[in-house]
Amino acid sequence: MQQSRTDILKAYRQMRMIREFEERLHIENRSGEIAGFTHLYAGQEAIAVGICEHLTDRDYISSTHRGHGHCIAKGCDPRLMMHEIYGRADGLCKGRGGSMHIADIDKGMLGANGIVGGGPPIAVGAALACQARGDGSVAVSFGGGGSSNQGTVFEAMNMAVVLKLPKIFVFELNGYSEHTGEGYGIGSDLAGRTRGFGLPVFEADGFDYFSVYQAMADALEHVRAGKGPCALIAEATRYFGHFEGDPQNYRAKDEVKTLRETRDALLRFRRKVTEAKLIEAAELDAIDAEIVAFIEDCVTSARKAPAPGAEIMLSDVYADY
Amino acid sequence: MTVKTMREALNDALFQEMRRDPGVIVIGEDVSGGAGGSSGSRDAAGGIFGVTKGLMGEFGDKRVIDTPISESAIIGLANGAALAGMRPVAELMFADFVGVAMDQIYNQMAKFRYMFGGKAKAPIVVRMSMGAGMNAAAQHSQTIYSMLSAVPGLKVVVPSNPADAKGMLAAAIRDDDPVIFLEHKALYSSKGEVPDGEYVAPLHGASLVQSGKDATVVALGRMVSFAGKAAAKLAADGITIDLIDLRSTSPIDEEMILESLSLTGRLVVVDESNPICSIASEIAAIAAEKGFASLRAPVARVTAPHTPVPFARELERMYVPGPDRIEAAIRKAVKGE
Repeated sequence: MQQSRTDILKAYRQMRMIREFEERLHIENRSGEIAGFTHLYAGQEAIAVGICEHLTDRDYISSTHRGHGHCIAKGCDPRLMMHEIYGRADGLCKGRGGSMHIADIDKGMLGANGIVGGGPPIAVGAALACQARGDGSVAVSFGGGGSSNQGTVFEAMNMAVVLKLPKIFVFELNGYSEHTGEGYGIGSDLAGRTRGFGLPVFEADGFDYFSVYQAMADALEHVRAGKGPCALIAEATRYFGHFEGDPQNYRAKDEVKTLRETRDALLRFRRKVTEAKLIEAAELDAIDAEIVAFIEDCVTSARKAPAPGAEIMLSDVYADY
Repeated sequence: MTVKTMREALNDALFQEMRRDPGVIVIGEDVSGGAGGSSGSRDAAGGIFGVTKGLMGEFGDKRVIDTPISESAIIGLANGAALAGMRPVAELMFADFVGVAMDQIYNQMAKFRYMFGGKAKAPIVVRMSMGAGMNAAAQHSQTIYSMLSAVPGLKVVVPSNPADAKGMLAAAIRDDDPVIFLEHKALYSSKGEVPDGEYVAPLHGASLVQSGKDATVVALGRMVSFAGKAAAKLAADGITIDLIDLRSTSPIDEEMILESLSLTGRLVVVDESNPICSIASEIAAIAAEKGFASLRAPVARVTAPHTPVPFARELERMYVPGPDRIEAAIRKAVKGE
């Protein structure tokens, strides 16, 4: 699928936004200002963006504990996300959810999730609503290798097949399930297992935006033709630990360094579009600089934003009680 | 006696029991960690909070079993292994994940002995970290003992200090019933004197932490030390309390609570969990049913509000019953103001 210059610049901007957001959080986490558990998405940007560039606000995604990238790619406001992660009253979820529970239903973002395997069944329900609407909208669940071993995910896959829903199961294989290698926990070939449930599998290079974008185009074509659900499997890496503060003893010393140097999704994107003379390097540099300044500003405003009070703690448990 | 953290005390108990009984196995996500990782080093985690560290080195991967992220199958593994004669210690990482494994706990493990005519036993320990205090938000901070204590067939315990952590975990492993063993994540690094060598503490029965005359204060888990802080402040004003560490929420030590209440005439229950159908309400009901004649003031419950656990520091601080709220509740019970 040929993408316009505008599309390509937008995709790069989204990937850079995710990268800068996460790299900055990695630094800010050490300051002690950010509370709770933070799981960073850096290294997997090509997947979230390659998929969500196909989606509109009427399409739905469910996400994971490692959700910032999916949120940004699906259109959540990064400034309000930053305020949320800082636990501010004007954060995207009023400071009640934090990093692991960012959601924006108006954008079709059904939530990051603290439970591994919690999202896919929810996304199956959203796909049911999409099917009922009949407007061509779809639902996508993101999950890692860890979630691929959850019974909830098996049930969700079978249910989507039975009901022939417009649902795409994305599995992002970043090499690890928490502190254990994916090769240990996934007992058989994931694509084969997924096919066994009756889902066609589209595979992509998760380090390469254009590969993911094309695989998602193929997946959407299948789903929108009314052929039922399918899966998209992409390998990538995470540049940071399972959570911020994870000493990562399970990883070879230079693994991340080597991957950053040889397979980085942003560097590859840049090389591809500049070598093809689609985009000038200077245009990308300008985006980089703009985003660095923007994230700086988000952190500054998050620090100054008001803390939530008791009324925020006590409201919204119910609509009416 | 040696001063140790609760983490170290729990680790001691696991070594102690695994050395004693070859049928004791440890099952869970990252209980060792590092399997299939690029560094090649096992025991890369030793449990998400380090409680199972070092077990792999001594006992190997036949007894220290890293699993995929599959909570339902983890508990199923423990259930079947127990029915077939082993003594599994399963770890669910965060107590909140119990939701994923609920059928295996609630419909299976809890009911085997009863349903099967008393001919089956399920000597299983399910370890879980629980509680607020790390800003881990709504799905990683809950205190779920009341929910599980409501299930006949499950024993539920909540140690509040390192010595009990060691002794109660050993007792839980030796017990022939399923025991839900809840470790407060804000207490893992708390220190206390722990008996050296083989140590087993009673699994149930409350303990009297300090005694006084004006009120009976029942607390559990992290709330015990918070209530102790409140007591220290009240003592300056001449108000003294019986502070009871509940230790076990199933069964509950009614006798100790009622005996103390008969002496003080006032009852304050401190429970980090949500208030509805809680351990606090259960203890209030016990007082109303069996200690009514002793009550000189309404029973006071100091609990979290009826909301999920919020994320932001300011919100979580308001959510968790702190020493100030506990102090105010005791003062009100005693002075009626």
